Amino acid sequence: MAKRIQANSVTAYYGSFKAIDSITMTIEPKSVTALIGPSGCGKSTFLRSINRMHEVLPDARVDGQLLIDGQNIYDRDIDVTAVRRMIGMVFQRPNPFPTMSIYDNVIAGLKLNGVRRKPMLDDACEKALSSANLWEEVRDRLNRPGGGLSGGQQQRLCIARAIAVEPQILLMDEPCSALDPISTLAIEDLISELKNEYTIVIVTHNMQQAARVSDRTGFFSIDRTGEPGRLIEYDDTTKIFTNPSIKRTEDYITGRFG
Amino acid sequence: MSDRTSLGPPSLADNRLTRRRIITDRLATTLVYGAFLLALAPLLSVAWTLLSKGIERLDGNFLYTSMNNIAAFDDRGGAYHAIIGTLEQAGIATIITVPLGVLGAIYIVEYGRGWFASAIRFFVDVMTGIPSIVAGLFVLAFWVLVVTPVFNDGRPGFSGFAAALALSVLMLPTVVRSTEEMLRLVPAALREGAYALGVPKWLTITRVVIPTALPGIVTGVMLAIARACGETAPVLLVAGGNPAINFDPFSGNQSSLSLYVFEQAGVASPYAPARAWAAALTLVTLVLTLTIAAKLLARRNTLTR
Ligand SMILES: Nc1ncnc2c1ncn2[C@@H]1O[C@H](COP(=O)(O)OP(=O)(O)OP(=O)(O)O)[C@@H](O)[C@H]1O
Ligand SMILES: [Mg+2]
Repeated sequence: MAKRIQANSVTAYYGSFKAIDSITMTIEPKSVTALIGPSGCGKSTFLRSINRMHEVLPDARVDGQLLIDGQNIYDRDIDVTAVRRMIGMVFQRPNPFPTMSIYDNVIAGLKLNGVRRKPMLDDACEKALSSANLWEEVRDRLNRPGGGLSGGQQQRLCIARAIAVEPQILLMDEPCSALDPISTLAIEDLISELKNEYTIVIVTHNMQQAARVSDRTGFFSIDRTGEPGRLIEYDDTTKIFTNPSIKRTEDYITGRFG
Repeated sequence: MSDRTSLGPPSLADNRLTRRRIITDRLATTLVYGAFLLALAPLLSVAWTLLSKGIERLDGNFLYTSMNNIAAFDDRGGAYHAIIGTLEQAGIATIITVPLGVLGAIYIVEYGRGWFASAIRFFVDVMTGIPSIVAGLFVLAFWVLVVTPVFNDGRPGFSGFAAALALSVLMLPTVVRSTEEMLRLVPAALREGAYALGVPKWLTITRVVIPTALPGIVTGVMLAIARACGETAPVLLVAGGNPAINFDPFSGNQSSLSLYVFEQAGVASPYAPARAWAAALTLVTLVLTLTIAAKLLARRNTLTR
């Protein structure tokens, strides 16, 4: 089920500003890839160009190819909504739909895409909430508003919402940055479990987190402000964190640690 | 600040500073409460005058009879025909403006790009400033004197519907503007959350954005309706007024509550002022009830239990 992502010279713009330049990397199925790098180097921009969320912003566009199992999602005849259904996304801040109950939040993707049968929705809801390690906590209050949960629970609700549509790739943009250490650990455990079924790409500022959860790590950086972000080094996580081959990677990692 | 002679943290027991703060605090509090009471006074006075003078004639006879065949020295007579008129005219105007206004706002906020959207926004702004008499004259010149005679053997068609059209012209910009503001308040993160699930744009708008903005949209619509209910001039111009009951908004003259108040206030009859006050009270109660009902409905639909 999980799919391979191949970025070929992906370049993204905000209007005339080039935010990332020629990113080329291959992300293997059923693996966790961490993207690290200083603020503003284009990690979010790259992540958002993987599921075509970048172009949602006015004047934003992407050049280059992004192949999912060999199929370029930027081809002209590609259905954007199908791409996004296949590639789930979890945002930095939990964003449950405030007018919907917990139950409706989880099945929102299915329901809004035309699934109507109640037993099917019930099953999907329980399955997604269980995978997100949230089922036990909310099973008695599925009809309460999703906004009434704690921040960590809301984030897990959003993860459940993303995996309820059974995507093949899961993109996470700093999913733990607003969470306490316990919720963070819960989500990291969750990521290790989800790895068995999904290809996962996670952006994080937390080096230990990248080292703990990921198989491969990509280091992004910019030369100067105003310059586009570039992929500096991309390798196995153990290699990046113990013996990076590029000096800048080492400086960044040790700078953060020491 | 200026009291402090040296730099460094102020000592906790700096009495002069503390006393000054307490005095400033008292002063500000007094001012705020004073302003509040001052603002409340006219409101309370209006409410009290309305209640005390309006309650006298507000009875079953007033609510269920019209002014048909009521002579100057007759103490009976009511506003049933005017209530019907207001409900029908404001109702039709709402049916026309809410879909148009909400769709227009959705276009401006979610789809509109470039000069066309800016042009629409500009004209909506211009429309906001149209005096109600001008809206009335517009409908009179266009609908009553030009369009309806074609279907009416050349006779101008004064009607409740014409009044509803004039009210629509007045309501539309309010509805568009308030809906637009409310849609803009919906966080982009919610839209993106829906897009990321593969939900198409129009479904995102109808199922996520609109429900989130609904309470605010309802408030805006209710304000527009309240304003429309109080308009007298356009109704007088294009519905003409009618002392008898006319249920049909599409043909024949109709009255409305505000027009009724206007008429009764000017009639030479010892019983007319009481009727005017009672009608004004009825109008305010009607608008208030509608507003509260709409808000309760909107709240029930948004907060899931
Ligand atoms: N909506 C936008 N409009 C214009 N420029 C933007 C927009 N979003 C991001 N940028 C610019 O694009 C560049 C890359 O931003 P991006 O958000 O991808 O960085 P990031 O690596 O995710 O940073 P962080 O770690 O702080 O999240 C930055 O220079 C930023 O200023
Ligand atoms: Mg970012």
